[in-house]
Amino acid sequence: MLFYPESFKVSTPTDREIEVERDFNAPRQLVFDAFTKPELVRRWLLGPDGWTMPVCEIDLRVGGAYRYVWRKESTGMDMGMGGVFREVVRPERLVATEKFDDAWYPGEAVDTTIFKEKGEITKVTVTVLYESKDARDTATRSGMERGMVAGYDRLEQILASFSTER
Amino acid sequence: MVMDAPTNPLDATFAALADPTRRAILARLASGNATVNELAEPFDMTQPAISKHLKVLERAGLISRDRDAQRRPSRLEPRRLAEASAWLDQYRQFWEASFARLDAVLEELKPRKKSRERSSRR
Repeated sequence: MLFYPESFKVSTPTDREIEVERDFNAPRQLVFDAFTKPELVRRWLLGPDGWTMPVCEIDLRVGGAYRYVWRKESTGMDMGMGGVFREVVRPERLVATEKFDDAWYPGEAVDTTIFKEKGEITKVTVTVLYESKDARDTATRSGMERGMVAGYDRLEQILASFSTER
Repeated sequence: MVMDAPTNPLDATFAALADPTRRAILARLASGNATVNELAEPFDMTQPAISKHLKVLERAGLISRDRDAQRRPSRLEPRRLAEASAWLDQYRQFWEASFARLDAVLEELKPRKKSRERSSRR
């Protein structure tokens, strides 16, 4: 069993974007399925422990909608988001809009997910493009307030992340 | 739910964290409160220089200092640091945790190879 957590990268290609990249040790079609079939998505797209996904609907076609609702089990708090697919190229590329129910940042964001074959490995890149830098910064910052972030216990790690980013 | 004011309240925090000496001071404070004297020593800096850094850190909400105690030891305020790093780390953590689960899901979906070992999956 080979995993590639070291390939995991989070970056900000432009001041309106955030990009996440990761290699997976599985064929592209399988990875694509895991990103687009509700019964699979709801098993892993959960963030830190303690959240479930009671709603996960995906109408995978151009103009089709998707809807996700996450629930924090300890408090029963729900957080919903959804959007519409703009491009669906199986099993290579997805473009969809993204908006949270109680959107705390202006406008819609656009997610582009790319699945690249690298031999036995599939490289996935998820890029979220916000309407403005402010929208991006607000969106990323507020995750903390919503508890979608695990606790911080390793200060060194946090400090190290600042020394490389700045 | 109360959200951040439109102006970025973390600007002072980011500015404070941009300096390597101040990051080192925070790392030192993570292992316990310390006075200006105690901080000046390992950093080979004068007390006024350390005091200046502490003032910046205090204004940024990253440390607090006991007003009453004679020696005014500095104490780390981890909450502000966590807020500041949450800016990008919320993505990092959300996806990191999710992708670790996805690894397991993919492993389960893969056509089984010949190996008879590793049958510990559900």
